[in-house]
Amino acid sequence: MAPSNSPRLRVLKTFKLYIGGAFPRTESGRFLQEHNPKGQLVANFCRASRKDLRNSVVAARKAQAGWAGRTPFNRAQILYRMAEVLESRRESFEHALTERAGIKGAAAQAQVNAAIDRLVWYAGWADKFIQIMGTTNPVASPHFNITSPEPTGVVTAFAPRNAPLLGLITAIAPIIVSGNALVLVVENDHPSIAIDLAEVLHCSDLPGGVVNILTGQRDELIEHAAKHMDIDAIAAFDATDDERRLIAVEAAESVKRTHFFETPAADNWADVSAQSPYHILPFVEFKTAWHPIESSAATSAKY
Amino acid sequence: MTNSFVVPRVPSVDAVAVEERAARFKTRSIKKDAKIKGLKLAASMIDLTTLEGMDTPGKVQMLCQKARSPLAGSDCPQVAAVCVYPTMVPIAKRELQGTAIKVASVATYFPSGQASLKERTDEVRRAVEAGADEIDMVISRGDFLAGHYHKIDEEIRAIRQACGPAHLKVILETGELQTYDNVRLASQIAIDAGAHFIKTSTGKVSPGATMPVTLVMLETIRDHFIKTGKMVGMKPAGGIREAKQALHYLAMVKETLGDAWLSPDWFRFGASSLLNSVLMQLEKQRTGRYHSDRYLSLS
Repeated sequence: MAPSNSPRLRVLKTFKLYIGGAFPRTESGRFLQEHNPKGQLVANFCRASRKDLRNSVVAARKAQAGWAGRTPFNRAQILYRMAEVLESRRESFEHALTERAGIKGAAAQAQVNAAIDRLVWYAGWADKFIQIMGTTNPVASPHFNITSPEPTGVVTAFAPRNAPLLGLITAIAPIIVSGNALVLVVENDHPSIAIDLAEVLHCSDLPGGVVNILTGQRDELIEHAAKHMDIDAIAAFDATDDERRLIAVEAAESVKRTHFFETPAADNWADVSAQSPYHILPFVEFKTAWHPIESSAATSAKY
Repeated sequence: MTNSFVVPRVPSVDAVAVEERAARFKTRSIKKDAKIKGLKLAASMIDLTTLEGMDTPGKVQMLCQKARSPLAGSDCPQVAAVCVYPTMVPIAKRELQGTAIKVASVATYFPSGQASLKERTDEVRRAVEAGADEIDMVISRGDFLAGHYHKIDEEIRAIRQACGPAHLKVILETGELQTYDNVRLASQIAIDAGAHFIKTSTGKVSPGATMPVTLVMLETIRDHFIKTGKMVGMKPAGGIREAKQALHYLAMVKETLGDAWLSPDWFRFGASSLLNSVLMQLEKQRTGRYHSDRYLSLS
């Protein structure tokens, strides 16, 4: 019989990846450990491999056309739904931020608030950014000439290192709101919170594969992502000069868009300056259509 | 002929063992040079196929172009054959002139096979006259399931005769045969009646080719070869889309029948999207970058 005074061993959750609307373990079987600021072990999480990246891109590619094909209004509804679900789980996120990331009381609350508000804010842009950023162009021929932003396709983003929850929302929302699919690579001090967030996304009517989340080491994945021929754009927060050069050189082969975000200091993530419709811009392609029209009264051409 | 037909005696199939054995072939990991060789071999065994109601001459021309030159600048070999409906045979024949690529055609009222024997043999003759090198016929599953095995034997013999010089592939449509025992029996009847190839599926019924079903058919071919010394070809079709799957099948062929069958003369894949998957893998091996099928033509 076991001695009655034996201490109970805590069961540490092993956080998995989020690929194609499922939560698989990394194909490589590797894991890393997450510690809180006191140095205590708080979670195990998957160390994603090159193969996981590839699987995510396949899932994202599969999901992208359907996501882009939804009405902007419906994408707005789904982003809003993400905010709703996050709201309903706010206590669990505040707890996670405190327990794992050492962000206490009011600060944790403020971060969750800001994350929810930001989702709502970007949700509102889903059916508006096209009007604001699209144009009709005056041309010297009998055509309507219309320019409209369209999603780029599959985007890989390297998440910011600080602000475990709000930073992720700030990275995710402007990329998916226009109809892109996303592979988000998370390397920060508290990657487990990214997978908590994946659970929120998972029950928010977001189609599987639109957002894929890989935790692990970005060093290991950055070159493969930049080289991958089926990724259309790469975004990176906190990129070093070397990383920027690597991405720029390798991405050139498939003419990927690249965008490097300036990361605000940890305290400023919640600031309105960290959200902008202009953050949607790097991940859209402008398409121009020429539509023939009858000559109007303004033209005096005689046939 | 009907009276002289004796239903062949075939061993019963141990379903559990077949499925377990088939699953083992998926555990082989083929890397580097062997992988490249395997991928190229798989490409050379493809019957590049389009069997849609919406096929147009343009689509067939495009497919033939792809069969001749799968990817510009790559050293991927040409495929074995282009497989089309009989009406498209002249177009394919013209496009593939001067190449070693065969034109295969699905005759005999593909995919249902629901027509009289006369109509079916007539269609085969027309396809052969139009230039088909290979005929893919479907057996009458209704007759088979009703136990009229002699009719199956009869129809295959009649169609083999109608084929003339063309090679005959007999489609068993294993997805409709219900049991491995039926697959084994149908394979044996087809082989005895003179099939050059036996083929799993039309691709119009789910499931198409599966590894256990293919294994049962390969074992029938093996046993027939041991008994008579006569080689018969094999063509799994339907549902083989990934390069990795193709490599699993090649491992199964090698370990069941041996190297002699690792040739487009004796083994084929009936597929359309498989070629792009193989090309993507070959490009990945060549460049070190994961590729995208957006850079490849449709198939």
